[in-house]
Amino acid sequence: MAKAKTKEKPRAKGELSWKDLEIGFFITDPGNSVETRTGDWKSRRPVVDFKKCNKCTLCYFYCPEGCIAKNPDGYFEADLFYCKGCGICAAECPKEAITMVEEEK
Amino acid sequence: MAKREGLEVSIAVGDAAMLSDVDVVSAYPITPQTHIVEHLAELVANGELKAVYIPVESEHSAMSACLGASAVGARTFTATAAQGLELMHEVLYVASAMRYPIVMTVANRALSAPISIWGDHSDAMAVRDTGWIQIFVENGQEAVDNVICGFRMGEDKRVLLPIMIHLDGFQLTHVIEPIELPDKKDVDRFLPPFQYPLPLDPEKPVTMGALGSPFIYTEVKWAQEINLEKSKEVILEVWQEFGQAFGRSYSPVERYQTDGAKVLLLTMGSYSETAMVAVDKMRNEGKKVGLLKLRLWRPFPYEELRNAVKDAEVLIVLDRAISFGGPGGPVCSEIKAALYAEEKRPQVIGFVGGLGGRDISMSGFEEMVNRGIEIARTGSKREFEIYGVRE
Repeated sequence: MAKAKTKEKPRAKGELSWKDLEIGFFITDPGNSVETRTGDWKSRRPVVDFKKCNKCTLCYFYCPEGCIAKNPDGYFEADLFYCKGCGICAAECPKEAITMVEEEK
Repeated sequence: MAKREGLEVSIAVGDAAMLSDVDVVSAYPITPQTHIVEHLAELVANGELKAVYIPVESEHSAMSACLGASAVGARTFTATAAQGLELMHEVLYVASAMRYPIVMTVANRALSAPISIWGDHSDAMAVRDTGWIQIFVENGQEAVDNVICGFRMGEDKRVLLPIMIHLDGFQLTHVIEPIELPDKKDVDRFLPPFQYPLPLDPEKPVTMGALGSPFIYTEVKWAQEINLEKSKEVILEVWQEFGQAFGRSYSPVERYQTDGAKVLLLTMGSYSETAMVAVDKMRNEGKKVGLLKLRLWRPFPYEELRNAVKDAEVLIVLDRAISFGGPGGPVCSEIKAALYAEEKRPQVIGFVGGLGGRDISMSGFEEMVNRGIEIARTGSKREFEIYGVRE
């Protein structure tokens, strides 16, 4: 089963020195939030049982992060780089195909 | 050639903003700042000043609108006092952190309660840590000159910081003084047009005021601190250049009759003028008393202060604000801290006085100096004493 595209590595943010900052800590590369791993503090992640999923797209529309995308097989999956683990997809899924699983590491 | 004429200081301050070619004035009127912004509103309304005057519903909004104006690269001016300064308090931090070179005159006034429209430095001291460059002026001419210098300092690419010019409410704002307003063409030569390096521009978008999570906040604040500390070099440079261009130069710690002085009095703002007369009288009586006027408050001029006091035996500091329950006035406690590690340092004696518009006369300063000398000899039961309170 093909997986939705997930970013591999977060930006090496911790290496920025105070001398590297723009005046006023302005950000000059618009749209750079896509590089920020907003999903690294989630406590639960969604796991989809593709046997139950009927590709209805409700999870895709309900996801407040817009991080659910169609994978090459046509199923919908969250990009864990951005997913905050809110569980809305699991709550909305009419087939109960999505389970929220504790992050253990 | 500019000529001296009798002008109300507030009007002259407004004229100084006009001479500086401000683009935007956003302000809310409050006593004793009112005449400054009323005058600017008039100048805009009658077409003398080509600027946008934004009337707002509060000082919080006034400073917020200043942020926006400065962010697009407009030269921005405002003025306030007392409760107004307190109401814009949280926005002041944003102005300095986002590096907007707004110039604001503060007509120093006491804080409520009890409500007082009269002057002291409680408002200025409450915003001590907001990251602005802060200058205390002594008379109307200094106020005018420092508004013009303020834009030049703040807009320097090495600085990019907002500046507060503190002038005493009423004692300065409402008096008529002989003031020389510089010629426009000389100001134009001294103060080039403002070019903000990273303005809000749809062609070249930037994000201002983004979230600073724990991984970066410390770095941002340290960059801000180093920047403010280093601005002193530019401040000195601008004052010197102003002196060359206009014949009046300024320094962070000004000395008056300090040669051979064993006892020094330190004051800020307009009360320095009365203190000078008191020092003259004491000098005539053969007393080795001198005066220091602390003009630059932020960044704090450590080196200049240490040099100025190193040969004195007693340093008497007048604060016009109380740090309640603390070590005395904020100025005195900072001076004590600045001298703590010095091998040779004077005894520092703190007085609080001149609160809520209470006058300190020439003989008052004399009394204060004499009491300071007495405390230096015999000690006091208190960390600081208050001058002129009725028992």
